[in-house]
Amino acid sequence: MPDSYPREIIEDLVDENLEWDQLHGMMSDFKDSDRFQTVRDVLQERVDWDDPIVIPYAEQLYVVAKGEDDWVIKCDCGHEFCAHDENWKREALINVRDSDSDYREIYPEGMHPNPEYMELREFFCPGCKTLLEVTNVMPGYPLVHEFEPDIETFYNEWIEEPIPAPEGSA
Amino acid sequence: MSSDHDTETTPTVGDRTTESEDVSYPRMRREQELVSEKREELDEGVGWDGRTLREQMAAVEEETAATGHYAGLEELELKSEDPIQYEQMFSQLRGDLVTARETSKEVAATPIVEQEGELCYGLFTPEGDSIAVSTGIIVHIHTMSEAIKYMINHDWEESPGIEPGDVFVNNDPHIGDVHPCDICTMIPIFHDGELVAWAGGVTHVIDTGAIGPGSMNVSQASRFGDGAHYSARKIGEDFELYNSWERDYVDKTRTPEFLKLDERTRMTGCLMIRDAVKELIDEYGLEAFKQLSREAVEDGRRGFRRRIQKTMLPGTYRGVSFVDALYEGQDNLTREYADENHIMHAPSELHVREDGTFQVSFEGANKWGWHPYNCTPASIQGGIWVMLTQTVIPNENVNDGAYYACDFHLPEGSWANTQNTETAHAYAWHYLVSAWAPLWQHLSRGYYARGFWEEINAGNANTSNWLQGGGIDQFGKLHAVNSFEAACEGVGARYVADGEPHAAAIWNPEGDMGDAEVWERTEPLPFLGRAVKPNTGGPGRKTGGAGFESLRTVKDVTRWLLYEMGNGYMTSDSGLFGGYPAASGYILNARDTDLAERFENGEEYPQHDLDPESGAFEERIDGEITRTPKGISTPKEFDDYDLYLNYLRGGSGLGDPLERDPGEVLSDIHDGYVLPRHAEDAYGVVVEQVSEDAKHNSAVEGEFAVDEEATRELREEMMDERAEEAVPVSEWYDEERERVREGAFIDDVKKTYESSMRMSQQFTAFFTNFWELPDEFGFELSETAETSLEYRFGSGFKRKWDNPTKGHETWTGVGREDEPLVPYTWTDRSLKDLAGPSATFGERTLATDDD
Repeated sequence: MPDSYPREIIEDLVDENLEWDQLHGMMSDFKDSDRFQTVRDVLQERVDWDDPIVIPYAEQLYVVAKGEDDWVIKCDCGHEFCAHDENWKREALINVRDSDSDYREIYPEGMHPNPEYMELREFFCPGCKTLLEVTNVMPGYPLVHEFEPDIETFYNEWIEEPIPAPEGSA
Repeated sequence: MSSDHDTETTPTVGDRTTESEDVSYPRMRREQELVSEKREELDEGVGWDGRTLREQMAAVEEETAATGHYAGLEELELKSEDPIQYEQMFSQLRGDLVTARETSKEVAATPIVEQEGELCYGLFTPEGDSIAVSTGIIVHIHTMSEAIKYMINHDWEESPGIEPGDVFVNNDPHIGDVHPCDICTMIPIFHDGELVAWAGGVTHVIDTGAIGPGSMNVSQASRFGDGAHYSARKIGEDFELYNSWERDYVDKTRTPEFLKLDERTRMTGCLMIRDAVKELIDEYGLEAFKQLSREAVEDGRRGFRRRIQKTMLPGTYRGVSFVDALYEGQDNLTREYADENHIMHAPSELHVREDGTFQVSFEGANKWGWHPYNCTPASIQGGIWVMLTQTVIPNENVNDGAYYACDFHLPEGSWANTQNTETAHAYAWHYLVSAWAPLWQHLSRGYYARGFWEEINAGNANTSNWLQGGGIDQFGKLHAVNSFEAACEGVGARYVADGEPHAAAIWNPEGDMGDAEVWERTEPLPFLGRAVKPNTGGPGRKTGGAGFESLRTVKDVTRWLLYEMGNGYMTSDSGLFGGYPAASGYILNARDTDLAERFENGEEYPQHDLDPESGAFEERIDGEITRTPKGISTPKEFDDYDLYLNYLRGGSGLGDPLERDPGEVLSDIHDGYVLPRHAEDAYGVVVEQVSEDAKHNSAVEGEFAVDEEATRELREEMMDERAEEAVPVSEWYDEERERVREGAFIDDVKKTYESSMRMSQQFTAFFTNFWELPDEFGFELSETAETSLEYRFGSGFKRKWDNPTKGHETWTGVGREDEPLVPYTWTDRSLKDLAGPSATFGERTLATDDD
């Protein structure tokens, strides 16, 4: 059981270069204690901007520090959505699949939801147009705010590290 | 084995022909004498230190509440002072439980148990907390825990008594079960006059005598059509089943021989566990066993919290899921008022607290319905517990410690916690599996943020279809079937790999589809074909695992019924991070066919329905063909050479499908996971057929190749189209808000919203605040829908538990404050007096009595 994987292994995890037996080993083994910090550092190297990553928020999305206690949700491409505790979907682009023909682009006939009962909402980044999330809900359902991380508790009590902040912030 | 087998006869329950009656089960008889002495001479209970079980359970609850540690164990003395012995003892127990399962399942005759492994065993503390479990469908570990606690809290120790050699059976979901076809057997284990543990085992049985044949009939409106209920009933003593029991339950099922062997299966396992406990106590001593039983639970609780703190983030995670249960216009409904459509609404919220514990809430869940998909707290808690064991606790230290690290907020009166013993529960899994779908995503979002990407799972399959039915079978006997091919479904995409195709159902991590030949031995339903089903897994950068399908015909039956059960108009599991949900279900039957003539003439006949749009099925059979995008049908008559498609669902996808490697999409086509035309639409990958020769498992014959240049251009075009067609959410919001204000939705949708708003002030606030609606906002419903809600909301509570446990406090009182506690037999009105259209309360010739 490694208490810590070599950085190259974590880079391969991030870059999807691990073989199945390596992944299976990671799944079966005890969890390494510095995974968060290593992944965060690897991701920080990969992005084209300098804002310190506070947490990876979702695929392509990060919570980054703009100042002390000032955290925003930001895309890989650099587009900034909103404060970390708001729902980024409100600032996204949306396409709704709510007809049989819309569904038939994805699913064969008869193997998709009935549009009167369920619609697919596709949320895209306004910057890079990447499809960031698809939700399947009854028509008329409010947007759901899926994740509100408690960043202070996480850094202060769980990993006992200072919360990343831009250089020069107080 | 060093048990008292040397001096006991073989512990086969029901075997009254032992060679020496006087010496059978001498250990049990000694224990009976000790217990009798304690009771009659010392006025003591069977708990530890002379307490009654109820006193002992109250003490554990108080110590747990006071200290925050299970049974007040602030230190794990055995584990810290002698960790090797602790691990040896726990491993020995775990091994014995697995052995009990693997051995006893050979006793069973149903493929459900013997092939699919739909059984499990647990060892419990005297208070009913699980210490260690076997492999298998371990959802039932916690449900059995509830059943033991029910017996203790309702004075079973006084009546009917809890004695050495007693045998109890339960399948009542309101006490501790998911649904009635999972029958559990529980025996108390005594040592030196004290009850030191319980052994419990569950098997999924073929038929419990519901109003329609099969494990989980779907046409009943209330529990009175669910089949036989055994409410923690004492069915034997001295390890002999009562004559009255043996002559009772066999007439309450269409498959008595199978149920008899299922019962012997469970008893075999429970007695093996009893022997294992004896061996452990002989080897390590009683005090060490008692200490282990306490410490293992506390260790499990701590392990859960540690794992959460190591792999997730504190905070709030939210999601929502839905599933359809369409009954409008179905035949053979048992009550006319059940002739309506239902949608399950499951808002899901998970708080990961600072200390790593969970609070799981379904606040906003809508009202229960006149269908057999309602849940009880035991089913929800057991279901979520089994899901957690596959993600958060990936080791052998699985027990009720995890339960003690979770609070469940289950609104009373909702489908998740009906608190009404009139409600039907035969296939509670339909709602349960659909409702826990967002929980996978909550965990996956936490794993993503923490960097444990190898643990991420997008979601899973709606674990259906359920092929069920019965009638007079190929042997001329009354029979019922419940094909457990549904134990094999596509699994959701992982972050690091595609989901496993046709792998397992999430409620039984060891399930599989079973051998076709074995199913054919017990079901008069020959297979015409079995194949991977294309486009069932959700598209994504990583795809959901594909489901599969079996095409069955019917042979040598009379008055035979079959029906379907699954999702149809809705898909229950979302994709994640831009992946799409799995495909939803549909029904395909053909009756009054020319299959016999085609066999006779050597003509083509259908073996599959791989591409529903191809027309291939219809080209190969003449008859009355039913093809509908619904997932549920009530029992329908089938005759020889009729056809039935059993379509097992796929898992959901992860990531933007336009980021999937085109070479992987090509492999998907050749492996039969994706139809060529959807490579373009869903993935932006252009393929061309380069050979018509069949070289692969593809649903369409031939060899394909990727046109890389055309693919690059198409993906660029699709990205441009996204930019042109998608609109800012603010624009969408304005239009959608008007739609909501106008109530421009179908009645079933509006009824669902109204139901949740009437159930929950919090959901009302969420809905009206988001759409900026006036405080008095409500949807206008049809008279039918309004009557249905009034009728169900007016039904009130009919609780099973007079004395809830401390753990129930997390949901007791959650829900509507104004719902009355009333008897479910109306005193001041009757169904016929209620206003309603004829479709709901009028005359229907097909209605039958089940309540």
